[in-house]
Amino acid sequence: MEHERKNDTVTARITGELDHCSAQTIRRELDMMITEPGVRNLVLDLKDMTFMDSSGIGVILGRYRQLRDRGGSVAVKNMNPQVERVFTLSGMRQVIKTM
Amino acid sequence: MEIINQMELRFLSLPENEAFARVAVSAFAVQLNPTLDVLADIKTAVSEAVTNAIVHGYENETGMIAITSALLDDGMLEVSVSDTGKGIDDIARAMQPFFTTQPEKERSGMGFSVMQTFMDHVTVESAPGRGTTVRMKKRLQEK
Repeated sequence: MEHERKNDTVTARITGELDHCSAQTIRRELDMMITEPGVRNLVLDLKDMTFMDSSGIGVILGRYRQLRDRGGSVAVKNMNPQVERVFTLSGMRQVIKTM
Repeated sequence: MEIINQMELRFLSLPENEAFARVAVSAFAVQLNPTLDVLADIKTAVSEAVTNAIVHGYENETGMIAITSALLDDGMLEVSVSDTGKGIDDIARAMQPFFTTQPEKERSGMGFSVMQTFMDHVTVESAPGRGTTVRMKKRLQEK
């Protein structure tokens, strides 16, 4: 997964599909990024993510909880309409910032 | 209503089959020329039902999942997703938003809510120890 870091913020680009099958790998990769010393915020760039179901919601909320406990945040950007519907339905807009 | 086409799939409850299942059902539905948004809804709902069968129905075991899809002459798609796994004790509770029996695995508890939102009709039949069948309907064409 491509990612870049600026100061205390990591931006990660998730590509392809985020479902139960891919969730474990994506979760592990994101956790490696956000547990680097000094990282407090995560931005998920979903421009190249073609599909997400509620397993993706679990992945995003799990990272949110970790970073919130360290005073940080999670934001998402460039959702396609299908991903945005799942995101909105799950009430994620109340806790995850969209850019 | 008359069935104008029907298909059945049977596959092992492996996570690798989630994408196969949702793509197969949406490809079958293409015959009635639904919009891309409708196809995305079907893919999402089927993915949720199949994932439920894998992670809850069979949990730590592997079993067979069966999908039957039918196109009806009134423009509707019917999809049923069945497993013969452990079943659901309390269906009403399982269908509540954010309810999950596996919070430690970061399950969102939104599977049934997604199915109900993305499809026009969802029913669940289940018996503990015998398995679960989720039946869903979606309008593909206006009447």
